[in-house]
Amino acid sequence: MALIETHNITKVYRLGDIDLAALNRVSVTVEKGEFAAVMGPSGSGKSSFMNILGCLDKPTSGRYFLEGTNIGTLVKDELAGIRNKKIGFVFQGFNLLPRASALENIELPMLYNGISSKERRERAAMALRSVGLEGREDHRPNQLSGGQQQRVAIARALVNNAPIILADEPTGNLDTKTSAEIMELFVKLNVESNITVIIVTHEPDIAAYGRRIIRFLDGRIISDEITTDSDRDRD
Amino acid sequence: MINITATSKISFRALRVNKMRSALTMLGMIIGVGAVIVMLAVGMGASENIAQQISSMGSNLLIVLPGATTAGGVRMGAGTQPTLTLADAEAIQKECPAVSNVAPTLNGVAQIVYGHQNWSTGVLGTTPGMLDVRDWQLASGRPFTQQDVKNATKVCLLGQTVVDNLFGDIESVGEIIRIQKVPFMVLGVLERKGQSPRGDDQDDTIHIPVTTAQKKLFGTAFPGMVRVIMVKAKSTDDLTPAEQQINELLRQRHHIGQKQENDFTVRNLTQIMQTAEQSSRIMTLLLGAIASVSLLVGGIGIMNIMLVSVTERTREIGIRMAMGAKTWDIRLQFIIEALILSIMGGVIGILGGISGSKILSLIAGWPTIVKPFSIFLAFGFSAIVGIFFGFYPAYKASLLDPIEALRYE
Repeated sequence: MALIETHNITKVYRLGDIDLAALNRVSVTVEKGEFAAVMGPSGSGKSSFMNILGCLDKPTSGRYFLEGTNIGTLVKDELAGIRNKKIGFVFQGFNLLPRASALENIELPMLYNGISSKERRERAAMALRSVGLEGREDHRPNQLSGGQQQRVAIARALVNNAPIILADEPTGNLDTKTSAEIMELFVKLNVESNITVIIVTHEPDIAAYGRRIIRFLDGRIISDEITTDSDRDRD
Repeated sequence: MINITATSKISFRALRVNKMRSALTMLGMIIGVGAVIVMLAVGMGASENIAQQISSMGSNLLIVLPGATTAGGVRMGAGTQPTLTLADAEAIQKECPAVSNVAPTLNGVAQIVYGHQNWSTGVLGTTPGMLDVRDWQLASGRPFTQQDVKNATKVCLLGQTVVDNLFGDIESVGEIIRIQKVPFMVLGVLERKGQSPRGDDQDDTIHIPVTTAQKKLFGTAFPGMVRVIMVKAKSTDDLTPAEQQINELLRQRHHIGQKQENDFTVRNLTQIMQTAEQSSRIMTLLLGAIASVSLLVGGIGIMNIMLVSVTERTREIGIRMAMGAKTWDIRLQFIIEALILSIMGGVIGILGGISGSKILSLIAGWPTIVKPFSIFLAFGFSAIVGIFFGFYPAYKASLLDPIEALRYE
């Protein structure tokens, strides 16, 4: 059983009288432990695809299995449960709660998981340490640099032990050096913890960190290739 | 799984960020709850005052007055013509099943002397039944008995005002006082009763056996004459039957024909007072209802602010949804926020209302009573307002689409 399996996924948005097909019969399989980059110009459907993978949205037609569960049959709160347990989100704009401390931000997914406050605190501190930010527990997002904020977001994605991290342009707001650091962190998590990482990016340099590149154009997959490990090993 | 403690913490933080806004929103609740408390306190104070006067008068009380006779075509008012006798009182006691006790009275004003002190007061000739009829206890000493009435002994019971004026701190029981130069022995002292519903000092009185009043002090127009007969019915439900029974009995005893008018009047004092009490209760309700309008306005203020808050925090809601917040996690967060506003406002309003009532009592001199009931009511109301007006914004928040919400700037 593959971790992620989509069969002929279609997503149609109604804009007035026009039906706009954002995704057109997309079928993809992602195995556990993969590191994939999703590329494509804007409007190519990669964001719609990620929303569906992230269980934030349901396909118009087609089927999506996550660890064998047919996501299309789930109701809103069940989808929330899946997001909580199976998926860690990393966004371009970090999407941290501005008024909460780093630690509290990391605790957020556990808040919706019925975990005791003591355990939340311990696990959040551990996650913060694993992204190299010990000592910043009580800092608020605006007291942290962009790279640090993204690390907090990654710690938040990790803290519920989700098997999948979905990152939407995670380095879009970061400089080259910080981007490289964040990508190294993803690689480390992928290699050491066997977490499946799927990244949306339009930068080839960033996509090169992945071992598989899926390219979208006009709602279809135009290429899906396994890259050699040479890119990753060059430095 | 919903975590109340953590959710409350989030709500508190959200409210602290906009301190001014939260405080102003709360002010609406504070004023609303405070107004309800003060208004109820004023209304209940008035009712309580009336109720107290009723109970000081004695419960289930009927008063039989003589008179209302027609003399040569001129109709006289109640009490103008003495027609009642001691025997009438005894007959009422014996023959009216709805009556529990009677107290015939013959009163007058007399000068009382004890030592160097003297005092003018109302002297009430009555029977031992008086204490029961008026629900009056003795503060000290013992009451006079039926035997005293039979023998017309010169004994008396003093009201507190009389004791204060004649004796001061000296023990009065067992002393001899002179009422219009006639010596009387003080048997006991009546408990303090306070003001009557009409504002008279009920403690400015001396009780003596009715026969003594008839024979030794005031004299009578005809043998056995009494001025008023006070009657206690067995229960509130017995008041009307007692009234009828007395009417029938006295008409028969006074030989009043079918077409003749009564030469006596029966007044249902308790009923009159109960009507007054009821109208003051209605006034309380009315005051409370008016005050609740401001509570409602306060609630709408909360809803308004919560709606603004939901819009402002659309992105936060999106983040929470992406992290796995379920419908009720989101709803509860905003409902708790509204509840904090309303309950904190409610508690401050209760405190403000209590002090407001006290101040009103001091300044305007109105009796105000803050009952635990009004506090519970106000508190319950503010909680309900919080849930009710918090629900719609919370519901709106929970319906947001996570993708849209995450994109919201």
